[in-house]
Amino acid sequence: MNQAVTRGGFFSKERITAGPGFNRWMVPPAALAIHLCIGQAYAFSVFNKPMTQLLGISESAPGDWTIPQLGWIFSIAIVFLGLSAAFAGKWLEEVGPRKAMFAAACCFGGGFLVAAAGLHLHQLWLVYFGYGVLGGIGLGIGYVSPVSTLIKWFPDRRGMATGMAIMGFGGGAMIASPLSLKLMNTFKSDTSMGVTETFVVLGVVYFIYMCIGALAVRIPAADWKPEGWTPPVQNNAMISRNHVHIDRAIKTPQFWLLWWALCLNVTAGIGVLGQASLMIQESFQGMITAAAAAGFVGLLSLANMSGRFLWSTVSDYIGRKMTYGTFFVLGTILYLLVPGMGTAGHVALFVLFYLVILSMYGGGFSTVPAYLADLFGTRYVGGIHGRLLTAWSAAGIFGPVLVNYIRDYQLKMGIPKSDVYIYTMYVMAGLLVIGFICNMMIRPVSAEHHMDIENTAGEPIPAAAK
Amino acid sequence: MQTPSQNKTPVGLVVAFWLLVGIPLIWGVSNTIITAAALFK
Repeated sequence: MNQAVTRGGFFSKERITAGPGFNRWMVPPAALAIHLCIGQAYAFSVFNKPMTQLLGISESAPGDWTIPQLGWIFSIAIVFLGLSAAFAGKWLEEVGPRKAMFAAACCFGGGFLVAAAGLHLHQLWLVYFGYGVLGGIGLGIGYVSPVSTLIKWFPDRRGMATGMAIMGFGGGAMIASPLSLKLMNTFKSDTSMGVTETFVVLGVVYFIYMCIGALAVRIPAADWKPEGWTPPVQNNAMISRNHVHIDRAIKTPQFWLLWWALCLNVTAGIGVLGQASLMIQESFQGMITAAAAAGFVGLLSLANMSGRFLWSTVSDYIGRKMTYGTFFVLGTILYLLVPGMGTAGHVALFVLFYLVILSMYGGGFSTVPAYLADLFGTRYVGGIHGRLLTAWSAAGIFGPVLVNYIRDYQLKMGIPKSDVYIYTMYVMAGLLVIGFICNMMIRPVSAEHHMDIENTAGEPIPAAAK
Repeated sequence: MQTPSQNKTPVGLVVAFWLLVGIPLIWGVSNTIITAAALFK
């Protein structure tokens, strides 16, 4: 029997279990390689206008796709992100991160290629299926696949470790946006907008990059721990040393309270992100140009990305519950203050407050895996995290709809454009108050949900029954 | 938290992997900062 068979297949957990000399700092770049690629999703809007001129080239022609039709591509992708993260999380825990990352690379890279075929043939359903369905599945699997691995490698810095990876998701759009524009300019001709060719290049590049991450990732041996580090004495009831099975976790109130806390935090942030350019121009009419507004959006992206690393690192010191509590208290105060800055014409403070708000939006995403690991243990945190991400999908629909509805309602009521965001911000503050209550209600998981540590494959045996 | 036993992975390999993800990220961030500078003009 050769060694490969003895150690399992190329993608098996046995094959990627690290030896004693492995440097754990190899794992964060492997995770980043995945998240930097899938973060492209937030830059998809750069394709919107060119994709409305695929037939007409210089301008939209009869038969060209419309913006509302194209808007469905991103929406489908986000829905499949949530669904695949929820359903594939359990599979991920069984097969390990390498196979999951490779599957994500195939789906995400392959999704671009299928969508490119749809662009070439001008078949919108094929683009929906390629980027929306296949790409969305790649997004979901890719997002959750490195998270539990990082938590196991960095038991002493759970928040910082997951923050590094999830920061990549924020940074991915910053790479994809200028890269896509440059590629489209390169491939543009009298007969082509260059979008199809750009999709092919991106699909191949992302596939290779994500495969590098899959090849580099390693999981620690079961008994591994950082040298010189001993698990802290149990003086914090919010950090469990027990494990809760995925199927059991979603039956606990803690899961659903955290689901709502994440959903409300994301709803508030997403509502701002989608309207940022319009909002600053309408709040400071005549003072902010379209170019300056684009600069504001860029700054928000930076705050979103850096907040993912900074807040999750802070959570290692002050605790996850306190960190989330800070998001909700500080967020509520800032949302209440922002309208005043707009009315008084304080552009700098307006921008500063939004930067803090967006940093906490990103921080919510990056802190939640460590929060889950604290509550439910590390064994199934990847799968539980996947199921929690349905809160993101819900917020992705709820947030923009809420902001748009409130804005349109106020405009119909005759409220000036410069004032329409005041009530929106107050509603966001109200959502954060509810989120604060949910977070405060989170208590340690009851012992009846803890797994029998020896029964790792089957149904959890309640500890109390032993 | 580096330890003598963990240093068996070549440091160059670790640095190379960080550069592989760091260079595109820095490129993207610098592009964003250039765009964001328009807010202060």
